[in-house]
Amino acid sequence: MSPSPLIELHGASAGYAGKAVLSGLDLSLRPAEHVAVLGRSGAGKSTLLNLLFQRLDDRAALIPQAAALVGTLSVFHNVYMGRLDRHSAARNLRMLAFPARAEVAAVRGVLEGVGMEEYLFRRAGALSGGQQQRVSVARALYNGRPVVLGDEPVSALDRVQGAEVLRRLAARHETMVLAMHDIGLALAHAQRIIVLDQGRIVLDSPAASLTIADLLPFYG
Amino acid sequence: MAEPARLGYAGATRWFLLAALAALPIADLAVSGPDPWLELTRLFAGIIRPDLLAIAGASVVLTVAFAMLGVASGAVAGLLLALVFARLRAVRALAAAMRSVHELFWALLLIQVTGLSPLTGILAIAIPYAGIFAKVFSEIIEEADLAADRVLPTGTDTVSRFAYARIPVLAGPFGTYLLYRFECGMRSTLVLGFIGLPTMGFELETYFRQGRYAEAAALVLVFYLLIGTRRLWVRPATLPFLLAASVLAILWLTEPIAGDSIWSNMARFLGTDIVPRPLRNADLGDPASWMAFAAWLWAILYTQALPGVVNTLILSQIALVASGILALLLFPLVCRRFAGRAGQPVGRVALVVLRSTPEYMLAYVLLQTLGPSMLPAAIALALHNGGIIGYLLGRHADALPYRPDAPRGLDLYAYETVPRLYGQFLAYALYRWEIIMRESAIFGILGVLTLGYFIDAAITELRLDTAVVLIIVTGLLSIGVDTLSRWLRRRLRVENRPVRLSADDVQNRSVRTCA
Repeated sequence: MSPSPLIELHGASAGYAGKAVLSGLDLSLRPAEHVAVLGRSGAGKSTLLNLLFQRLDDRAALIPQAAALVGTLSVFHNVYMGRLDRHSAARNLRMLAFPARAEVAAVRGVLEGVGMEEYLFRRAGALSGGQQQRVSVARALYNGRPVVLGDEPVSALDRVQGAEVLRRLAARHETMVLAMHDIGLALAHAQRIIVLDQGRIVLDSPAASLTIADLLPFYG
Repeated sequence: MAEPARLGYAGATRWFLLAALAALPIADLAVSGPDPWLELTRLFAGIIRPDLLAIAGASVVLTVAFAMLGVASGAVAGLLLALVFARLRAVRALAAAMRSVHELFWALLLIQVTGLSPLTGILAIAIPYAGIFAKVFSEIIEEADLAADRVLPTGTDTVSRFAYARIPVLAGPFGTYLLYRFECGMRSTLVLGFIGLPTMGFELETYFRQGRYAEAAALVLVFYLLIGTRRLWVRPATLPFLLAASVLAILWLTEPIAGDSIWSNMARFLGTDIVPRPLRNADLGDPASWMAFAAWLWAILYTQALPGVVNTLILSQIALVASGILALLLFPLVCRRFAGRAGQPVGRVALVVLRSTPEYMLAYVLLQTLGPSMLPAAIALALHNGGIIGYLLGRHADALPYRPDAPRGLDLYAYETVPRLYGQFLAYALYRWEIIMRESAIFGILGVLTLGYFIDAAITELRLDTAVVLIIVTGLLSIGVDTLSRWLRRRLRVENRPVRLSADDVQNRSVRTCA
């Protein structure tokens, strides 16, 4: 039998500003699954990821849709933020002014994975959108939680870069749930495809059984 | 046709113009000085030949020190209030009350408790500024992009959360606003000298009173220099040094106050002085003492507050419209399209000088030469506020994208620039309205019959209970005008413009709150 699920949603609903976006949602997520969430914009993908992030608590790292970096801090500090909870407040404060060699080396290693190592001490606010997105991915990689929840984590990258970043995420995190809009990339990197439409799951099946043509109607 | 006419830009302008026109005939605009032209000639002669040897270093140092410590303590208190500002109605009301009373009135009240001591100077700045900081800081926190904070791993401690995801995001806008407030604080500190604190204003008052304009001009020049170069010497790195030096300078250069007298003064001030006269030592259970109180209050409201309020509104209405007209005439001076590449810097210096000149000092000088009436007060207000609004409008005008075949000169001004800037212009003018009102009340201290006149008279005659009633009336008037201005900005749909259109939104925020 398959291992016990990481998380199970039964008839879950969620939304923001008092407006329900998701309703009556049933979903179970098992460890080591790589899931792509597809659907038109406004279908509820971000809401679903935020809901999962809340439920998974300290087991998940989130890559939000907007890169959500602190523009006035360096790339190093933005990536280091992924592990603030593992260190004492005093150490974190010290790291702001005097980054320790071991952490700098670790962060540099993660940045190499996304091709951003030369920007280590650049101000994050001065980077382009695609670069900021890669730093945001690096923060999740450095965080290293077993589950990664990515909201369009490669939307600002070209296909080659995007594929490389997805491989890195898959190698680092045991379980992945990624909201995506590139059907081809989703089929290539996920084992399970979930399609949302108007806050409901309208398709949930293994990626191997699907083709791009099967999924296009959901965008029609 | 059933739909009520919507309030448009033209309609609002018409109402303000009509109100100012209606105020003109009842305003006292007489020129009563003995020989205004002779006095003005001497004033200009002094301005061209400033006597730089007359500058007393101590007063310059103390001006910076008071501003530094007043603004810093106001900022710390304001930041603490800002953290709960959005949640607690009581804190919002407290902050509104603190900032609705002008720093000069705070000083006049504080002098009763702490005398002409440094503490009076620092608190007179710190109290109203804390109210302003609380509001502005909480707005900055509200508008800040805190997306990074939400992504931090759960379990991150509060200190690290603040140090990584909050402070770096907020430090920039806080710093810009602090520097701007420091500039306002310098002006406020200078003005406090006019009522006796040992700042540059104290010497300026003496020089102006004795007609020693060359000495006064030198001192004012130093003041412009300090304001003009503030970006060079007020920096995060120099701040600790400046604060420490300010403390030392104040300890060194001023008389200390006896610690025990503060508490006895405070007890006398709160326990007796500001208690309404009919209620002092009276039986509060006896209806007769409350009848006496009502009669006392009515007399103050009818014979002092009412004429004071009417005159304050008349002066501020005339000054507001005059500032607006002046701003529309002046802004081309700082605009590259109108002033040209060579003219723009000149215009900029002119308007920055207008804006840096404390309006209270300007009014003082003009009142001396033209005699006590509303005319000099209105001119001072119009020059200062017209300079501020004009400078900001000029910056916006340069940012407007014009079509390649746009007309030039007066046609461009009338058909493109002014129509497109008009919403922005109204927003700025409405933001300044409350400040002009507060200043109009303050000018009473100089002899115009606005609320400040009655407050100053009451304090001089040690009728502090009366003074407190009148100060509360002034504060309520200021809150009322602020509310009306906000309502009008919403009706005119110009409320968000200053923040959205400008690259430097903090600059605009400061326009609305700088006194």
